[in-house]
Amino acid sequence: MDRIPILKLGRALLVTVQVDMHDRLAMALEEDLSAKIVTTGARGVLIDISGLEIVDSFMGRMLDTIAAVSRLLDADTVVVGMRPAVAITLVELGLSLNGVKTALDVDRGMALITGDYGHASEGSEDLEDSDDRGEG
Amino acid sequence: MATILSSILEAHDGEVLAQWLVALKASGGTGGGRIKEGELQTQCRHFLDALRQALATAKNSDGNIQGAAFEDVRELLADVSRSRAAQGFSPTETASFVFSLKQPLFERLRQELGGDTARIVDESWQATQVLDQLGLYTTEIHQKSREDIVARQQAEIAELSTPVVKLWHGILALPLIGTLDSARTQVVMENLLQSIVDQGAEIAIIDITGVPTVDTLVAQHLLKTIAAARLMGADCIVSGIRPQIAQTMVHLGVELNVVSKASLADAFALALQRTGRTVVRSKLAGTLAART
Repeated sequence: MDRIPILKLGRALLVTVQVDMHDRLAMALEEDLSAKIVTTGARGVLIDISGLEIVDSFMGRMLDTIAAVSRLLDADTVVVGMRPAVAITLVELGLSLNGVKTALDVDRGMALITGDYGHASEGSEDLEDSDDRGEG
Repeated sequence: MATILSSILEAHDGEVLAQWLVALKASGGTGGGRIKEGELQTQCRHFLDALRQALATAKNSDGNIQGAAFEDVRELLADVSRSRAAQGFSPTETASFVFSLKQPLFERLRQELGGDTARIVDESWQATQVLDQLGLYTTEIHQKSREDIVARQQAEIAELSTPVVKLWHGILALPLIGTLDSARTQVVMENLLQSIVDQGAEIAIIDITGVPTVDTLVAQHLLKTIAAARLMGADCIVSGIRPQIAQTMVHLGVELNVVSKASLADAFALALQRTGRTVVRSKLAGTLAART
């Protein structure tokens, strides 16, 4: 079965969704990602969904679940590159992904995770805290 | 039945046309000179021709104009009516194109049939039936074309009334004007999200100074827009909430759980601050002098 590749980039994991996700793929991603966070000790997860054109309620819930799982494993999730149509669909479905951080593109998402980004002060503070704990 | 009418139209073509034109001008069917003499004559002549043929070929005498025989007449009238509507004629002015034909036609009937009163009444009734229906048809088409124009203008207003303005690098403003309904919210949302992508904006300021009322529905639409923008990775600031509106919202129990500022300037200042910028006055003396 197809798998979505998970790349390690510094202390973060980068997941780029370039194909249309179907349900089993999304579930496999959740498993792979949680395992990878533990093995690499990543502090942040960047999910790039700029290639995703179609979402349904399941996919929206999946993003929420992945974020919740990552948070439990002490990694921040940032969803980046959402298309306008996808955003509208999710809002109309009533899924505003309140537990997930968002950014416009991978660059800004990475800045949000590494914390050197001016306006993302909230995110950077969280990250520094978790960094301290991680080293200890 | 209608053969007498069609034969009249055939024999006295020119006179009827001339009298009709006079009646048309008298009844205001020219719209105060908005239509050219030559154009009007051509339209009238074509209409008379088409009417004559229709009357000659129509089989039954019930004066129904929906049949195949009247197809040319209907088409011609529709064209005339549409062009009148586009030129801004009132329904009365448009309908008098047909109705002003009655007088010359009845005149002619009386002359043709002499003292046969019963027949005159009969024929007049037939002619009235046909002309009334044609007149109503004209009005209907006129109305329809006006409605088309209104619908098109509404679409244009919807398009125009939702501009997305770039205030600074990465800072967008969305001045909303008019009531937000579902259809407009959709347009607003799409415009805003597309602009966020195109310009890589991080902050969008939604200014609702021009929104007359904010009820629960409007608030919900606003929240939807804000949620969608957040999903794309942009923060929203709401500005321009007028005092009365703020009171109404609180009384209604509407809660906008977003950062809001009283004026667009305040919101812009906050946006600049969040993106790590400050506004500094460069020439103190110059600005003071300009102010006094």
